[in-house]
Amino acid sequence: MGRLSVNLCGIPLDNPVIPASGTFGYGYEFAELYDINILGTFSFKGTTREARFGNPTPRIAECTAGMINAVGLQNPGVVRVISEELPRLGKCFHKPVMANVSGFSVEDYAYTCALLDREPQVGWFEVNVSCPNVHGGGMSFGTDPRAAAEVTKAVRRVTSKPVLVKLSPNVTDIVSIAKACVDAGADGISLINTLLGMRISLKTRRPVIANTMGGFSGPAIFPVALRMVYQVSKAVKVPVVGMGGVRSARDVVEMMLAGATAVEVGAENLVNPYACRDIINDLPSVMDEYHIETLESIIGGAH
Amino acid sequence: MKQGIFEITANRPLTGTVFEMRLKGDTSAITAPGQFVNLRLDGFYLRRPISVCDLEGDELTLVYKTVGEGTSAMSRLKAGERLDVLSGLGNGYDMSCSGDEPLLIGGGVGVPPLYLLAKRLRAQGRPVTVILGFNTAGEVFYEDRFRELGCGVTVTTVDGSCGRRGFVTDTLPDSCSYVYTCGPEPMLKAVFRAVGASGQFSFEERMGCGFGACMGCSCKTVTGYKRICKDGPVLRKEEILWDD
Repeated sequence: MGRLSVNLCGIPLDNPVIPASGTFGYGYEFAELYDINILGTFSFKGTTREARFGNPTPRIAECTAGMINAVGLQNPGVVRVISEELPRLGKCFHKPVMANVSGFSVEDYAYTCALLDREPQVGWFEVNVSCPNVHGGGMSFGTDPRAAAEVTKAVRRVTSKPVLVKLSPNVTDIVSIAKACVDAGADGISLINTLLGMRISLKTRRPVIANTMGGFSGPAIFPVALRMVYQVSKAVKVPVVGMGGVRSARDVVEMMLAGATAVEVGAENLVNPYACRDIINDLPSVMDEYHIETLESIIGGAH
Repeated sequence: MKQGIFEITANRPLTGTVFEMRLKGDTSAITAPGQFVNLRLDGFYLRRPISVCDLEGDELTLVYKTVGEGTSAMSRLKAGERLDVLSGLGNGYDMSCSGDEPLLIGGGVGVPPLYLLAKRLRAQGRPVTVILGFNTAGEVFYEDRFRELGCGVTVTTVDGSCGRRGFVTDTLPDSCSYVYTCGPEPMLKAVFRAVGASGQFSFEERMGCGFGACMGCSCKTVTGYKRICKDGPVLRKEEILWDD
């Protein structure tokens, strides 16, 4: 166990730094830049039962200290992820990977996770409950504790691997949703997904994003994310993976003090492709500066 | 792709809204004309993707239009300032397809990537015909630069204030072996329909990362989903699917 190592739901990580889903593809673009085996792990591109093109373009809008995306879960579908992406991923990454899964019905989630469960490299599931529930009036699973619990239970039934549920911040009471997921069998909670936002072009007087709204991420959301990680980690007994606007080793330490066992880095990968490598390299000196012997020892230190 | 720090050696206006920036740095990742770089600007979260206009040793030339706050800020940068640049992005044009009589068609700020292409094709000894389309005389740039390369150059303006009146497709030669083009999408579509020869078309899209990670700039093609930033920006005529 090194100074940086942590344990996430029974699986050791060399360090708590995890590129967030949707900002790291299936790893190989970044493997051209640096050895991605230095990462704790990474959460691969959100995978669904069927292939998806996603939303029309433009899908991206810039904001002060952040960006909005409305990619719409573009991915080749779980069958091709297993036959094409995972073999490619396995060539450049040799640690357990986090499988990020989305669905539009409870059955979708269970189906996709059951197939991915057989893949030896899948270490954890990260279940994204921010998608609309087509059988539930289109409301996101993640805004209703019962729907979130139902998805958690369905995934729990098809895998014995650790299941983390990734929560949406676009709710009035994130703690009640986190608790519902833990009660339904979640081994961990990851948060936060993006905040719903939009931009309007002064030239065209129309929304910049073709889909009108999208998910706001980047450094601007860090304080909101930190607050929610603090609230949820105080309320549940399972590990919490914190994310939202993290871009430095100091941000990682702050997230861990708020209660995160591991920390995901999202949008920053898109503007600095070396962000996670830089953060991992910077962690020891930041720890020295603040007299932190091991990262494991500071989890929830601010509670 | 490479990340590097480049030093600005010049940044000057070519027209009221189009600027030419020269930078010095490690250009070794740039392997084909039609590729782009992604610049980090102080005060802006996302990088700005700009096509490579010219490349000579360690000197890179970018020609860009001020279309928003980021490119306006870029136009105020001075020689001596340094920029964080991701270089060698995108596929670029494949010159091996050019044939004996390549035709290059650029519209507005789509003209710049054709300059390095024309220069490289001329260096191979090929006769190069270039059509440059603009809205009006005040927007015309690089006409002389293409002539200095020995290209046959026709300029068109929509209002007829410079060169021929009309669109680039109003002045097509009788024949060409292959077409390389870059410009606004309506122009690309018109070229697609008007030119019989095969060719390569460079597209533009709002990007997140510029290197294939975020899926922000995806498009549908005959051969599947492609990312404009990584699998493009250049698409072959045979694989293009228009939205309508």
